[in-house]
Formats: sequence, structure tokens, C-alpha cells
Amino acid sequence: MIRFFALALLASATAFAQVDFSGGWSPLYHEDLPDRIPGPELGDYLGLPLNDAARLRADSYDADRISVVPEYECRPHSSDYSMRGLANMRVDAIRDPVTQRVIAFHTRMNFQEMERTIWLDGRPHPSEYAPHTWAGFSTGTWNDNVLDIYTTHLKESYLKRNGVPRSDKASFTEHWVRHGNYLTVATLVTDPVFLTEPLVRTQTWIFDPSQVIGRDICETAAEVPKAADYVPNHLPGTNPFLHEVADWYGLPYEATRGGAETLYPEYRKTMAKPEHPRDRCERYCSCGAEGFVCLDPTAPPPGKKP
Amino acid sequence: MTHALRYVSLLAIAAVAANSQQQDFDKVQIHVEPVQHNIYMLVGAGGNTTVQVGSEGVLLVDTQFAPLAPKIMAEIRKLSPGPLRYIINTHLHPDHVGGNAAIAKLAAPDPALPLKIIAHENVLNRLTAPGQARFPEEGLPIDEYATPLKNLHFNGEAIVIYHEPNAHTDGDSVVLFRGSDVISTGDIFTPGGYPYIDIANGGSVQGEILALNHILQMTVPAKTQEGGTYIIPGHGRICDDADIVEFRDMVVIVRDRVRDLIKKGKTLAEVQSAKPTRDYDTEYVSKTSFVTADRFVEAVYKSLSPSDGTGRPSR
Repeated sequence: MIRFFALALLASATAFAQVDFSGGWSPLYHEDLPDRIPGPELGDYLGLPLNDAARLRADSYDADRISVVPEYECRPHSSDYSMRGLANMRVDAIRDPVTQRVIAFHTRMNFQEMERTIWLDGRPHPSEYAPHTWAGFSTGTWNDNVLDIYTTHLKESYLKRNGVPRSDKASFTEHWVRHGNYLTVATLVTDPVFLTEPLVRTQTWIFDPSQVIGRDICETAAEVPKAADYVPNHLPGTNPFLHEVADWYGLPYEATRGGAETLYPEYRKTMAKPEHPRDRCERYCSCGAEGFVCLDPTAPPPGKKP
Repeated sequence: MTHALRYVSLLAIAAVAANSQQQDFDKVQIHVEPVQHNIYMLVGAGGNTTVQVGSEGVLLVDTQFAPLAPKIMAEIRKLSPGPLRYIINTHLHPDHVGGNAAIAKLAAPDPALPLKIIAHENVLNRLTAPGQARFPEEGLPIDEYATPLKNLHFNGEAIVIYHEPNAHTDGDSVVLFRGSDVISTGDIFTPGGYPYIDIANGGSVQGEILALNHILQMTVPAKTQEGGTYIIPGHGRICDDADIVEFRDMVVIVRDRVRDLIKKGKTLAEVQSAKPTRDYDTEYVSKTSFVTADRFVEAVYKSLSPSDGTGRPSR
């Protein structure tokens, strides 16, 4: 009898989801905090495998678009970026009412109430003519205890919040790995329109069962008068802000322009000297250190006098 | 219409027709994509076809090419056995009106429930213009309208047909299914491809932008700026408000760039050489694109600066 129950338990363990991701999760920003909390600097494309089209599209981006064009006001992050956006997450397991198997994980972010379903029941992706969404269409398969997720049908969105574009022809793969109370999510974005090779990023989350994700209701409002045919943009070669990031952080301007070569450590051996080298941190120096937030970009590091 | 303009207009239509002749229609499969409520999108070759079905029968928006009519009707019959009562043509190009006559014949309408073919009067005028290749009479949109909009009520919902002046052509119609919350845009909106601004047939970039903004006014997105009103574009997948915004922004930004170069006195060749669409080409141009980057830039340039014949914009 004992042997029977042991065999039954083993069988059920292999038939069901190997890892349960249900519950509340808080993002850990680590060294990415300045990039993810106050947001990326304008013109900072370092480490992104962009092509020339993506670079010019980002150069043309004028952040006024978010405030002047009402249709942008209530957009959530797309699901590839939302895993590194500034929002907590709740994960719910969706079970088949008959078999009680987990057939999907459903995620909800508090930013713009972004929701997403990751299907585990083997269903196919929709046709190429189906609508695209911010979440896209995600299916997951288990690879031992790693959940591999493939997402298609994304709306056009951004790789960074400084106008670096990601097209609606992009797709991405994720690997969700749980180590106790930590969740590591590796995201690999492929975009034939704007990337010359996949963009790989990782994010870490910590289990936070006490968090409460409330409502974040957004309604668009036209608060800035504008002509109907006006879309804020910088004409090619006229964006005055593109050198700021190089100057603030003492980087060579060419490095901030991104490209696949800037992904790899070897690039440091060949990159040009900065035009304005810095001998000390002068911007966002306290971000993430000792619990400091990044509200004042010029605040000195903790323990240092201004 | 002057002889020269008429000639260019016919050339533009012939260009679309020539593009179609390269296709092997025997190999084309009709894909049926449910949209919302009782609206479906049929994808084959040429433009998308919208199908609305209900207790009163069937309504179509655009009919693709004549050789596809049997396949299109076969798919429609899977959706409804009801009589075909309306065809609405969004504009005059052969990939949207080419199947009118063949579908009308296959539908075999009951004399008590006649089929009406509706389009803006500029479509009828151009299809019957002298010198135009003869268009099958039974496929002509003789229920034309010449007002800013035309209303129908069919299958339990209001349907509003809006004329969008001088956008993709001068005879564009946008069809709003008010109950189903679906809009058919014709070729004013072509996600994944630059708009074909058919200058010779009355199109212009400013009209295109106005039409896109009008479509945006009619779309009401659901939560998180997606879903809600769904859009059936002239070509490509089902879209919504956010997709129209991206497309409208592209047209406006390219318009701004070309206008800036025109102000600097650049000729069309110089503007094309400056590649003002180079950050959009990877998204909107493919090997099979009918509208190349140069063709789009040329249309924008000519919309903004009717040339005086010198190659430089007139002042």
C-alpha cells in the first residue's frame, strides 16, 4: 500500500507543473536601478544591438509625445519590458477545473494593471492576422524546473523608455528559474526590424507574499492643446540631448550610440577616449545604495559630502 | 480632368493591376479571421474583405480579385446561407473592386432582395472614365453617394460609411460597424507597408493624415489602450487604436521631414537621396512591397509641393 502511494505521488509530480510561481513578487533592481527607476537617459543606447534604423528612430523620439498625444498616456509596458519595469507582480496559477492541472500562469503588474497569460496547455499561437497586444501571446513548456516561455503577437513598443523601438514583428523567449524565494527571469528579444542580434537581459524578483497590488486606473485626457497633425519628434540631426549621457557619465559618445559590438567586454579595449572624462560619479550616484532612491540625480553617494 | 492627369490616373490603376497579374490565384487560400461580434476578415490576395453576417443576409466590404470570387463565396457560405445584400467598395483599385461582378454573379441575388454596390461617386466616375479599361457593368458601384457620409442599418446594427477626401485616393470610404465596434479602413491604413498615396487618383499626404485622425476619433480602446474598437485594414492583420497611432505617427514624421527638406529647396531626387524614411524602411518595406520608400517619399513630396516642372518645388 505504501509503495502504491509513493508511486502515485511520483506520477503526479511529473504530470503537474514542476515549480509553482504563484504569489506576490517584488523586483530587485540591483545595478540596473538608475536605468529602471528614474528611467534611461536620452541617447543612451549602450549595450543594445541596434541597427541604424533603430538608432535614428530613437534619436527622433521626443518624450513630449507621452504628454501631448493622449493615446500614449495610458499605455502599459509591453510584456518583454514589463518584466524589468518598475512594478510589482502577482502570479496566479490557472487550473483546469476537471483535472486540476495548471494550464496557465496569469501575471498582473500594478503599473497600468498590465495582465498577461502564459499558456501551458500546448495550444497553438494565433494566426498571423490576429490582433497584437501589449502582452503578446505566450506559451510555456517545462525544461526540468525551468519554465521556457515563447511570446509572439506583440504590439510595437520600446526596448528602453528613451525611445529605443521594438517592432511588432519581434518575439521573445524567457526562462523563469525559481531558487527558493528568488525568481530569475532571462529575456531574449529577437527583432528583425531593429536588432542585429538577440537582446539578452536578466531580472531578479523576490517572493513577497505580503504585498497588495491595488488598482491603477488610467483615463486619457487631452491636457495640452495641439494640432491634430502634430506628433512631437526631432528632425534628423537636430536632437540637442544626445550628447548628455556621454558628458554626464564620462563616456565616449560613440559608445553611447550602441550596436552589437558594445554588448561585449572586448569593446572597452578598442573604444575611443571620452571627450569629457569624469574622475568621480556626478549623477545618480546614490541609486540603490543603502536603500537610497534616485530622486535627485545629482545627490552624492552615501557617506560623501556634496 | 485633363488628358495628362487622366493618363497618369490610369497608369496608377494599371500598376496595381499589373502587380496582381504576377500572382497565381490558383494557389491562393482564403483565410477567415473572426474579428468581433458578427464581423469576419477574409484574407486572400489583394485587399482584405470584411464580411458582416446576420439575420438579414450578408454585407461585404471590398471583393479582392475576380478569379478569387468562387473561393471567397465558398467561405462566405460557411458563415451564412443568407442573401448577399451589400458590397461596399472602399476605393477604386482592382485589388478591392476586382471581384464585384464575379461575386455578384455567384451570389445570384433574389430580385426581391437586390444586391447594392456602394462606393463614393468618385470611384464610379473613375471606373467609367473615358479611356479606362471596361469595368464589368454588373460590378459597378451604381449605388454611389456624394455626401460626407452615408448610413445603413443592416443585421441589427448601424453602419456608417464616411468619405475621406483626398487621402489614399479621392474616393476613399471608411466603414464603421457601430454595433460590432469594427472599422474597415481600406488602403488608408496598411500596417506593415507604407500607404499608397495615389496622387494621380486624387490622394494626398495631408488627406491621408486627416483620414487617419478621423479613424482614430472613431476608435475607442478598451483597458490599457488596446482592444475595444477593432480595425480591418486594407492589407495586413487586424489592428486597434494603438496600431493606428503608430502608423499615423510614421506618416506625420515623414511628412515633417520631407516638408523640412522642401523648405531647404531640395529637389525630389535630393529628398529621396536624403532617405527621410530610413528608420522606417525596415518595418514598412519588404521584398514584395508595392510601395517602396522612394515611391512613398515621392507621393509625400508631390503632395506638399506641386512641381513647376523644374524638379524643384514651386514657391
